[in-house]
Amino acid sequence: MDLNFTVNGETWALDVAPADVLLDVLREKAAVKSPKIGCERGDCGSCTIIMDGRTVRSCLVLAVEADGHEITTVEGLSFDGLSRLQGLFLSNNSFQCGFCAPGIVLAATELLERKPNPSRHDVQEALAGNLCRCTGYEPIIEAVLAAGAGGDQ
Amino acid sequence: MVISHEFDYRRPSSLEDAIGALAEFPGSAWILAGGTDLVAWLRDDAVAPDLVVDIKDVPGLADIALDDRTLSIGSLVTFTDLIESDLIADHAPLLAEMAETVGSTGIRNRATLVGNICSAVPSCDAGPVLLAYDAAVHLAGPAGERTVDINDWFVGLRQTARSDDEVVTRVTIDVRSHGGIYVKLMRYAGEDLAQAAVAIVVRPDHDFRVAFGAVAPTPFRSARIEDALRGKALDAALVGRVVALVADEISPITDMRASAEYRTRMTEVMLDRGLWAAVGRLSGEGLRYGERVI
Ligand code: FES
Ligand code: FES
Repeated sequence: MDLNFTVNGETWALDVAPADVLLDVLREKAAVKSPKIGCERGDCGSCTIIMDGRTVRSCLVLAVEADGHEITTVEGLSFDGLSRLQGLFLSNNSFQCGFCAPGIVLAATELLERKPNPSRHDVQEALAGNLCRCTGYEPIIEAVLAAGAGGDQ
Repeated sequence: MVISHEFDYRRPSSLEDAIGALAEFPGSAWILAGGTDLVAWLRDDAVAPDLVVDIKDVPGLADIALDDRTLSIGSLVTFTDLIESDLIADHAPLLAEMAETVGSTGIRNRATLVGNICSAVPSCDAGPVLLAYDAAVHLAGPAGERTVDINDWFVGLRQTARSDDEVVTRVTIDVRSHGGIYVKLMRYAGEDLAQAAVAIVVRPDHDFRVAFGAVAPTPFRSARIEDALRGKALDAALVGRVVALVADEISPITDMRASAEYRTRMTEVMLDRGLWAAVGRLSGEGLRYGERVI
């Protein structure tokens, strides 16, 4: 089936099967590797992408469902260098292995767009579905709080 | 793990076409809205449809609307939509309180209220709340439209009153003044299915609705508990009497998420605290919506 969609501003025309999952198609056919294959059942958040402005779990979306839609991954956030949030993750040493990072960067980006000055509780809620096996979450939460407190931009 | 089963996919742009597609594949077509259950089940080989009918392009299903005293929630309305809606906050705040406990943001952005009651797993969060609100489920099929009382909706484990060739278009709730609460027991905050759930609605005349989730094959209301409460002012003795009915009314199982004993004891605690909180909210005192009792 035809799949016409936009990934990080670039339009793609692909041929996919109804049973193809968006996560796999993005990684194998649309040249983005930041969405990670984790649990593949919606629990871990490592496959998170932004679709039409909202985070979704690409392991639970059929590729054909993305037809006509707009997708952003971490690659798309960084065209002009790192975003302010990404810079704060870096200076806070927020990640270790980094496997969870793409999902967390996007989940936190969505939060900050909707709530520019989130509370600690807001940050914890927004990231509750993104599992990290390395860090214990504290340095991640600190960076998102710092990005909020810094005001707009 | 890829989806190993092959199926056809259609995305009709009208309700008639959606119903027509279902009729072409009697019993072997699945409706796709948010997909958070269906795609997981496809991956697990738990379902094997010949056709998947994606209804996201069907117009008119994504609205939340208030018409006179009837609140209508279309079948494409997501849990995030419920959380962000002023109409829901003003007229059916339990729906937003419930929605905040469902999965994670990435799930809530996609999963729909109606999909939740169509999947009809025992722990579905929408079930107890819609039961407590006396909701009605609206369906469209080859023979036209019909409405099913939510009390008749859950007919068995993962089974509903919908027939294979029908599409749920919306659920409706009569808007009347009330207090209420949705109490959900989870292993950790965020991202878990209910181990047990209680939804309570109380009207100004102290007519109560008390519904349970995850402690029986389907969500259900307890007529015995509601009868015992009807018209009465809460006091410790009355609450004690209805809490003593819980063990008899529910039929929880033991599984990897909780034992039957734990579910039973916690359901008693949740009913106890929930009743006080619901009556408190009726009078505008006590906990705000979203503040939790466990
Ligand atoms: S891989 Fe999608 S949520 Fe874990
Ligand atoms: S940094 Fe390793 S999983 Fe989060």
